[in-house]
Amino acid sequence: MSDTAVRRRSPAAQRKRMRLILVVCGVIFLGAATALTLTALQSNVNLFFGPTEVVEGKVPAGATFRIGGLVEIGSCRIRGDGVTREFVVTDGANRVTVTYEGILPSLFRDGQGVVALGQLADAAGEFRAEEVLAKHDETYMPAEAVEAMKRAGTWQEGGGEPVAAAGAPSGANPCKG
Amino acid sequence: MIAELGHYVLTLALGVALIQATVPMLGAARGDQRWMAVAAPASLVQFGLLLFAFLALIHAYVTSDFSVLNVVQNSHSLKPLLYKVSGAWGNHEGSLLLWVTVMALFGALVSIFGDNLPPGLKARTLSVQALVTVGFLLFMLLTSNPFERIFPAPLEGRDLNPLLQDPGLAFHPPMLYIGYVGLSIVFSFACAALIEGKVDAAWARWVRPWTLLAWAFLTGGIALGSWWAYYELGWGGFWFWDPVENASFMPWLVATALLHSAIVVEKRDTLKSWTILLAIIGFSLSLIGTFLVRSGVLTSVHAFASDPERGVFILALLAVAIGGSFALYAWRAPLLTGGGLFRPISREGALVLNNLLLTTAAATVLLGTLYPLFLELATDDKISVGPPFFNATFVPIMAPLFVALGVGPLLPWKRADLAPALRLLWVAFVFTLVVTIVAGIAVWGQAAIALLGLALSAWLIGAVLTELYRKCRPTQSVTAGQALRRLTGLSRAACGMTAAHLGIAVVIAGATGASLLTQEKIEAVTIGQTVEVGGFDFTLTDVRDVPGPNYNAERGTFSVVPSGFAGAEPQILQSENRQYVSNGQVTTEAAIRSTLWYDLYAVLGDPAGQGRFTVRLYFKPLVPWLWIGSTLMVLGGFLSLSDRRLRVGAPKRSAAPAGGNAQPAE
Repeated sequence: MSDTAVRRRSPAAQRKRMRLILVVCGVIFLGAATALTLTALQSNVNLFFGPTEVVEGKVPAGATFRIGGLVEIGSCRIRGDGVTREFVVTDGANRVTVTYEGILPSLFRDGQGVVALGQLADAAGEFRAEEVLAKHDETYMPAEAVEAMKRAGTWQEGGGEPVAAAGAPSGANPCKG
Repeated sequence: MIAELGHYVLTLALGVALIQATVPMLGAARGDQRWMAVAAPASLVQFGLLLFAFLALIHAYVTSDFSVLNVVQNSHSLKPLLYKVSGAWGNHEGSLLLWVTVMALFGALVSIFGDNLPPGLKARTLSVQALVTVGFLLFMLLTSNPFERIFPAPLEGRDLNPLLQDPGLAFHPPMLYIGYVGLSIVFSFACAALIEGKVDAAWARWVRPWTLLAWAFLTGGIALGSWWAYYELGWGGFWFWDPVENASFMPWLVATALLHSAIVVEKRDTLKSWTILLAIIGFSLSLIGTFLVRSGVLTSVHAFASDPERGVFILALLAVAIGGSFALYAWRAPLLTGGGLFRPISREGALVLNNLLLTTAAATVLLGTLYPLFLELATDDKISVGPPFFNATFVPIMAPLFVALGVGPLLPWKRADLAPALRLLWVAFVFTLVVTIVAGIAVWGQAAIALLGLALSAWLIGAVLTELYRKCRPTQSVTAGQALRRLTGLSRAACGMTAAHLGIAVVIAGATGASLLTQEKIEAVTIGQTVEVGGFDFTLTDVRDVPGPNYNAERGTFSVVPSGFAGAEPQILQSENRQYVSNGQVTTEAAIRSTLWYDLYAVLGDPAGQGRFTVRLYFKPLVPWLWIGSTLMVLGGFLSLSDRRLRVGAPKRSAAPAGGNAQPAE
């Protein structure tokens, strides 16, 4: 029996053996976790692009990415199927049309910051969103929207509220059927 | 006046904390009893002061004192009382005050219930606790004073973010904080033990109840937050792998590991330095979480209005607390000598496996959370790491843990054989097989990976019940009557473990149903039109305006019958879109009908033209199990906590920790 063999070892040797087993297990787990993480990071990370970059064709073909910017005032409408929403995301320099099947978040507003996750649908540069995020806090500007305007060179530091939002928020969802 | 008193008392608390952080520590170093004795009254006074400050802030909220800036920014005179109170901690400054109050609460609890702690350990623990409190009090007084006045005082406040005006979220922060911040006392115990250079079974017995208390509250807090997201955000999701969710989840994972490793320290006097390390990591992760939430470095749905100055301060606090404790660990941990020996296949071995997997899982979550930050610093690329990443890493790490969890509790201490344990589990195997086959037929054609989740859940339920059965009836010679008597005579710790492990199993099933088996339809319907989802016919019967206390609502009524049973008594679901008067913000209240097996979930969207409304309808199997399972886990935590053996301040046992297959450890 291996039990008796272990019993004959001195406690120090046993402790060493135990520590070795622990270290080996730890290394195996860490290795497996690292491998898992690296594979997952290769395929599951979404880059961010602003409208200008999208228009300039900097997005790799077929990539899932996040787009951010401001919702162009009056741009939102509901298509005939009653489900698909369409609106324009702008950074002040360029515009990208975004479509989304579903109910937009209740904080979605004209002139406010928005971030969407999805892919470019076609050569015309229409963005098909799987997910649209508007911020919980209504005075808060999503970092991505700011980033998009910075990249397009239209961001005014300290401006806080974007110019586009000058109109008082109506509260109601701005999409028109 | 009361606000000024609150501010003044905060400063006093800082003074008391400074005394508490230094005098007892020096006393313990010099062996001076009188100096050490300062710790207990100081921690009580400090808690009293902070509680006063906290109540002062709540008073300002309840009386709608709009001369206090914090109240102006987060309250409104029309708000229901509950949300006036909860508004006090629904913002950066107020939540920070709650944070230090909870820290002081734990200090006070240790000084009240820690009568039989060795005086040196008690003094040092309270000292370290106060030292951390000093950091947070400074942070609050220098950058985030909740009592700041505004002049001239406006007539009306700006209201609390409507999404936070919800009963689930009113209690979510205090519960989460008791858990999150409760880990600070475990951290303090660990630092004190390092300074003393002594960790033994007694230490583990003192520390475990505190970990358990924090863990139970953390579990409850996370579950409440998840429940809130499920019904309030209107997407029907329960977990988004949002950085801030991760911030509370990582300490939870580590606290869970700590709970289990402390058992090994207590029963077998080994894994000491590892347990200390876990205690330090647990609270460090709480601090990192705070940094992530409050500094605004990460994009998150939770972001408090952020301020770079605060970020830098927390970063400094983080560096001191985490750096200091790790340095202390590196310096003193080698003094801790190992104790009991064990073979890899044994109860200890199983608990080590549990620890390895839980910490690995916490590490991958940490990496996924911080990776965008690192990448942005290094390459200026802005990326996001979404749920797919976490699903691809977290699930494969947790699945083996759940398999092993079925076997571990059946293994004896020191050395064991897998074969007899597996033989005991034949019923669980059969049960798993049956459930998998039945589920396979039921969910045919849907996500195949859902079967894995359901199988894991069935396996765990079977294994946990088997373990309970074996405990009551270890051999065939025990009659059914005797077994029943044993069942009622089981220690509360044993029942707690069973409940918590069952809870995990139930949560796994719930999570599987919610994320993989949900059926969803988004359609534009006119009033009277019917949509079929998951075997139910949803009919939008009515949309009308309804006034609320501080909002106006548009209420959509759905009547739901099982498909093909048009004559059946319909269930009525009502979903609302609420527009708040103060700031025009709109929130969505989903309509949810829960049964034991599934949720029906309906959301009224916006008008889609031609008299149509966009609606989002879900059939969500097993979702209620998420909340049932979480409740079981919390219940298990409290059951175990109420066990005499673990009761805070329970007298030291006379017998040496029993080895072999005596009373199992929970």
